Amino acid sequence: MSVTVLDTALGGGEDDTFAGRSTLASAWIRLRRDRVAMISVAILVALVVIAVAAPLIAQAVGWTPTQQDRTHGLTPDGLPMAPSARHLLGTDNLGRDILVRTVYGARVSLLVGVVATGLATIIGVVVGVLAGYSSGAVDTGLSRLMDVVLSFPFLLFAIALVSIVGPGLSISVVVITFFSWAGIGRVVRGQTLSLREKEFVEAARSTGAGSARIIVVEILPNLISPVLVLATLLVPTAIVFEATLSFLGLGVAPPTPTWGNMISDSLPYYSVAWWFTLVPGVALLLITLAFNLLGDAVRDAVDPAAQRTVTERR
Amino acid sequence: MPWTRPPNEPSPRGGELPVISFIVRRTMFGLLVLWIISVATFVLFFVAPHDPAKVIAGRLATPQTVALVRHRLGLDQPVLTQYWHFLSGLLHGNLGYSFYSSTSVNSLLASRLPVTVSLAAGAAVIWLISGVLIGVLSASHPRSKVDRGATVFVLAGLSTPTFLLGILLIYICFYRLHLIGINWFPAGGYVPFTQSPYEWFRHLVLPWVTLALVSAAVYSRLTRSSLLDTMAEDYIRTARSKGLTERTVLYRHGLRSSLTPVVTQFGIDVGTLLGGAIVTENVFGLPGLGQLAVQSVTNQDLPVIIGIVLLAAAFIVVANIVVDAVYAVLDPRVRLG
Repeated sequence: MSVTVLDTALGGGEDDTFAGRSTLASAWIRLRRDRVAMISVAILVALVVIAVAAPLIAQAVGWTPTQQDRTHGLTPDGLPMAPSARHLLGTDNLGRDILVRTVYGARVSLLVGVVATGLATIIGVVVGVLAGYSSGAVDTGLSRLMDVVLSFPFLLFAIALVSIVGPGLSISVVVITFFSWAGIGRVVRGQTLSLREKEFVEAARSTGAGSARIIVVEILPNLISPVLVLATLLVPTAIVFEATLSFLGLGVAPPTPTWGNMISDSLPYYSVAWWFTLVPGVALLLITLAFNLLGDAVRDAVDPAAQRTVTERR
Repeated sequence: MPWTRPPNEPSPRGGELPVISFIVRRTMFGLLVLWIISVATFVLFFVAPHDPAKVIAGRLATPQTVALVRHRLGLDQPVLTQYWHFLSGLLHGNLGYSFYSSTSVNSLLASRLPVTVSLAAGAAVIWLISGVLIGVLSASHPRSKVDRGATVFVLAGLSTPTFLLGILLIYICFYRLHLIGINWFPAGGYVPFTQSPYEWFRHLVLPWVTLALVSAAVYSRLTRSSLLDTMAEDYIRTARSKGLTERTVLYRHGLRSSLTPVVTQFGIDVGTLLGGAIVTENVFGLPGLGQLAVQSVTNQDLPVIIGIVLLAAAFIVVANIVVDAVYAVLDPRVRLG
């Protein structure tokens, strides 16, 4: 378990706040006190609001994401226009408004990131629990399956797959999900293996509880914390994956704006139109940074022991 | 994705010659994985709605020309026959011929491999040294300014997409420096080592840094947590109580055993790098395997794509086997189940 330092200045367990509360409830309290985590949450909430309100923003600014400004969109040399009152964050190589395109790009990033992470988490937990709980041939089979998926040169295979099926939003989600679930599955399997041998599971079994009941009532609740951490950290990975596919021209098809294809379009213009790369680039960086910081904070919140030992060890 | 591999779960069984049987078993499984990947790639291209013959014959080709091309490529034969041809070639070490340029896939891969290996090896050296160094510095001074700086570095590294970093480096180290008359770094391209080692180095510095940053972040985090765990062990307390200096304890006793997970991760990453250099190669215009992959996909050049995917998968499988074996040798607690 890695430990980060950009963290809460938490006292640990010595105050009464945590007495008699469940693990998750006290984790939530810890998270609420974490300034960095709360700033990340604020940034993410703001981004979600912006993404949802994209059409309103477009209306307010007066440009649609694919609309070309035929009179003032490009300089006389045919280059993107710098930020001005007409285009607050400048225009791209086709005279389109960068602000509106970036705002719409947030929709794709968030949608793909969250949906792919959700699907990958569900598949990973189901497969991981089945493998970890059922031992024997089922475990061997599922573990090998996860090994095979993790052995795939995933970006290469994703590129091949997307090029055949044709790029699009849903294929991006499918590809990212396919290459992400096994990582979660592996960790969940390991956790389930050790949970299965714990006394409370044995106690449940001795009272006559069946496998299904043990999994749902005893094992799954104990997996929430690790899965929560993994899932939070998977979102930025999925977002970068989507942006990379878009960047290589294999994501959501143009003219729909994504941060990846905007940055790709901007490549030939980096020396004359810094805003063209910078605006979607900063947006992408902001979202991944916020999710990574939040993931670290969640990890610290659900596993405060990992943090306290660092100071105690000195 | 930089998934950290969980430590091996040893099974209690042990054989007569555990190491050999272990390696044989791992190799067999590795071959199985390779076969599955080859079938998956093959099937993928046959269920595809695309017709490679049409793409290759060109947009204006007559149906007769398309049929001729299809026949010449052997695409008019039943799928199973085609697969059999492919498999028997593969068993002889022959990956077939490119649909597009009629050169053998083997020679295409061989011509691109040095570029990707140059890129991957240099990047690996950079991330390994910087990652371990930063990890040790921050673990030996927890909660200090160094440690906090290192955490910021890790977060920045993990959050920056490779292509964005590449563009940023080109902008700053090529364009801005170029404007003030400094031409240290070219914006892209590749010069073979045999032609000019200096130019080779100059052209690869930016791609190396680009590719290395994300992994350097992962490694410094890995080294830090592993070293912190190790420094809490009893034998470290013993070493301290003997009166050894903190420096000796750290470097002689602590670092050695805490590098095991780093070695594990390194083996896995070296294998994955081959496929993962795609983005860097495309940003910097390096004619490596990654660039070839993207080109072949655009051209629907099936044999080349299968060749690249198989080569990349083979590297990953071999790296996994080597890592498992090395891990077992390094850490006697791991039994070869």
